[in-house]
Amino acid sequence: MLQDLAIYLGGCLLVAGAVFTLLAAVGVIRLPDLYTRMHAASKAGAVGGGLILLAVAVVGQDAAVSMRAIIGIVFLLLTTPISAHLLARASYISGYRASSATLIDELAEKNEKNPTP
Amino acid sequence: MTPEIFIDWATMIAMVLLALTLLLSLVRIVLGPTLSDRVLALDLLTVVAMGFIGAIAIRTGLWLYLDIAIALALLGFLATVALARYILLRGTDEQVRSGERR
Repeated sequence: MLQDLAIYLGGCLLVAGAVFTLLAAVGVIRLPDLYTRMHAASKAGAVGGGLILLAVAVVGQDAAVSMRAIIGIVFLLLTTPISAHLLARASYISGYRASSATLIDELAEKNEKNPTP
Repeated sequence: MTPEIFIDWATMIAMVLLALTLLLSLVRIVLGPTLSDRVLALDLLTVVAMGFIGAIAIRTGLWLYLDIAIALALLGFLATVALARYILLRGTDEQVRSGERR
């Protein structure tokens, strides 16, 4: 009974994760510039991948499998923000500008006040 | 609906959605327009490939696939870090085209 329940829950988590990653890809296609695309890919993508790994942990019903899946989720949630931040920082410093629809650029204002040599 | 039939359908639907996701991020890699967009789409592609491996692991019951998914996550993170470092050194596409930096 409990095993059946775990399988139903895992299937629902799996489909939810797939929907999240699909939404991330739609955001990457539709949004206007690099920084907004990054916002879609790094948040929805990480949640989608994490939900799929959680589904593996729930369906696995084995301590070793679940532990590895949870380690994978923790790793994903730690590294995705780091890589997105590194990529955004590298792109901004090397001169890629946001789209003209962007209203506020606090980093540029800060650099005007005390310019770095 | 028995659990076997349910998990069969759930993994099939998830794999169709993930295949669509792979296709969409491939479109962004081809269209660009800048190097950073391509790196971002490649990063998303790694996460989607990881999800695909997870779906296959559930479908077949071969849990060894999970190790491949974790290794793929590590590889994708290192690739993005290396490419971000490269973008930082290289400059934008316009600067490269005009010969300001190479």
